[in-house]
Amino acid sequence: MKIGHPKNFWGGVLFALIGLGFAFIARGIRLADLTLHAGYDMGTPARMGPGFFPFWLGIILMVLGVVIAALSLRPSRDTDVAFPRFHWRPILWVLGAVVLFGVILRPAGMLAAGFLLVFIASLGSQSFRPVATLVLGTALVSFCALVFVGGLKLPIPLCPDLAALQQLTLCRA
Amino acid sequence: MEIFSNLLMGFQTALTFSNLAYCFVGVLLGTLIGVLPGIGPVATISMLLPATFVLPPVSALIMLAGIYYGAQYGGSTTAILVNLPGEVSSVVTCLDGYQMARKGEAGKALGIAALGSFFAGCVATVLIAMFAPPLAELALKFGPADYFSLMVLGLIAAVVLAHGSLIKAIAMIILGLLAGLIGTDVNSGVARYSFGLPELIDGLSIGTVAMGVFGFSEIMRNLEHGEERQVFTKKIRGLLPNWSDIKRAFMPTVRGTALGSALGILPGGGPVLGSFSAYTIEKKIAKDPSRFGKGAIEGVAAPESANNAAAQTSFIPLLTLGIPSNPVMALMIGAMIIHGIQPGPQIMTAKPDLFWGMIASMWIGNALLVVLNLPLIGVWVKLLTTKYDYLFPAILIFCCIGVYSINNTTMDVYLAALFGFIGYAFIKLDMEPAPLLLGFVLGPMMEENLRRAMLLSRGDPTVFVTRPISLGLLVVAVALIALVAAPGIAKKRKEAFQQA
Repeated sequence: MKIGHPKNFWGGVLFALIGLGFAFIARGIRLADLTLHAGYDMGTPARMGPGFFPFWLGIILMVLGVVIAALSLRPSRDTDVAFPRFHWRPILWVLGAVVLFGVILRPAGMLAAGFLLVFIASLGSQSFRPVATLVLGTALVSFCALVFVGGLKLPIPLCPDLAALQQLTLCRA
Repeated sequence: MEIFSNLLMGFQTALTFSNLAYCFVGVLLGTLIGVLPGIGPVATISMLLPATFVLPPVSALIMLAGIYYGAQYGGSTTAILVNLPGEVSSVVTCLDGYQMARKGEAGKALGIAALGSFFAGCVATVLIAMFAPPLAELALKFGPADYFSLMVLGLIAAVVLAHGSLIKAIAMIILGLLAGLIGTDVNSGVARYSFGLPELIDGLSIGTVAMGVFGFSEIMRNLEHGEERQVFTKKIRGLLPNWSDIKRAFMPTVRGTALGSALGILPGGGPVLGSFSAYTIEKKIAKDPSRFGKGAIEGVAAPESANNAAAQTSFIPLLTLGIPSNPVMALMIGAMIIHGIQPGPQIMTAKPDLFWGMIASMWIGNALLVVLNLPLIGVWVKLLTTKYDYLFPAILIFCCIGVYSINNTTMDVYLAALFGFIGYAFIKLDMEPAPLLLGFVLGPMMEENLRRAMLLSRGDPTVFVTRPISLGLLVVAVALIALVAAPGIAKKRKEAFQQA
């Protein structure tokens, strides 16, 4: 059968799965006698345990998700209902650059991590220009070092985590 | 006249050199991001949250508030000059503002937008000073059950008045409530949904969620298409509107201000709804509606004053009830909590300098915006031509540094990336993620009040319908849902949002 509104259908499914996940974790996951995850205490309505509110919220979310998905089975008059195309190029470059920033920030310092973040994320743009991006990366990293580390004194490592470099006043801001 | 002595105290707080400076920085940044496409107040405020850790709470909140209403000003500049709304609240300003610019009246349009906004800002400041204290006093009488019902009503109203599907928005709120519960439960000490990660024991930070969902996902979406933009580069002359323009724009400004102020107080109303309805009303009552869309000055004056008035009065539920009416207010609540201030009606009595200082700073901020904006328009126009290719790496690096600095942990950076992907997926599926943030800040408060109410009633759930205040609030919430779900109104609502 044809789904009337695929966008809503999959959105509903997503909500239902997330709700189910939250409810299950609150309730605990058991296979026969085997307890995989103990769950949180439900308590009584008068003395609610930590599991009560999240369990019922999860159930409500699941029900809403199922309703959204069920309603989407009807033919829809809306335009643009097809399952959307995910543009993986910007997703991967941008999020990859962010994750890399997290991985190398401590060992390599903000100067290197920030520069790589700018450069790699820029590869996700359709109009990537190498030279301009090099200049931009240098400028942004210097600006951030001056404002956030120099001015606002946020405790962010600037240089790679090497004993020799940490002696430099420049690296200690 | 208590209101005057209170306002005087507020001005004493707001007029210290440092607070004046933070107010200035806030409105300047706000205008900047309002002008720049692709970055809004939510992402900016969350980026700057960690930077305000070192400031005293009053200064931090003054600056963050300045960013919010400054962005309304900046957004109108781009709407008029480029036909591109910098913020959603300036969408309708494009209709006539851009046409005025094409007729060579860009300066006049910008001038009337700035003056109208200033007028609205002044009125809204007085309104806050007048209405906030009685409302806070009323709220102090609320018991836990009433508070729970108030939050239900606040969340429902927030999504009823916003556009889009109601059921999807409610699902999004519940998702936000659940995300807000991640971390240690204060009553039992159990770390919920932390998956053994020590970083999750304190819960997710609102900055992490906001930067992921509103910062990263927005960038990925903007990068899907190459950019093409035309900036109106003709020289801008004659910023000051002449007498006949002012006469023509005066009544629309007054009506816009009234409408915006009223809608701003409602949860979910805010600047967007204010500007849309102000424009619609002006068009309806105009002698010659055909002028609209072709450069009518009323079509700029009314929505611009409405969105600014609403931006300010939306602080009323925040300051008096501790209930956010839109994602920016949710962030303000997050900022208050970070600074150790418990949001709610007790703020006014416990921290009068903060309360009145913020109100006074809004008036000062509006005055600064007029002084700042009119001479600097040339600079803003130049900034408008900034390529997105240069802008988004800057947003990314500020976001990453901001996310890391919240708790000095790289786990937050990974979590923000995860939320970026989740936000992107939801946006692609036409599930507007804004309600998520409202649920997120209210999650722990709702649970706490539900538990207390049920404890007091010894497990009897009828307490929510036997207490008159609670019952009244719930009835309004149900009525709102019924109203919107009714077929006739649902159709009208859809039309209203589509028209603009």
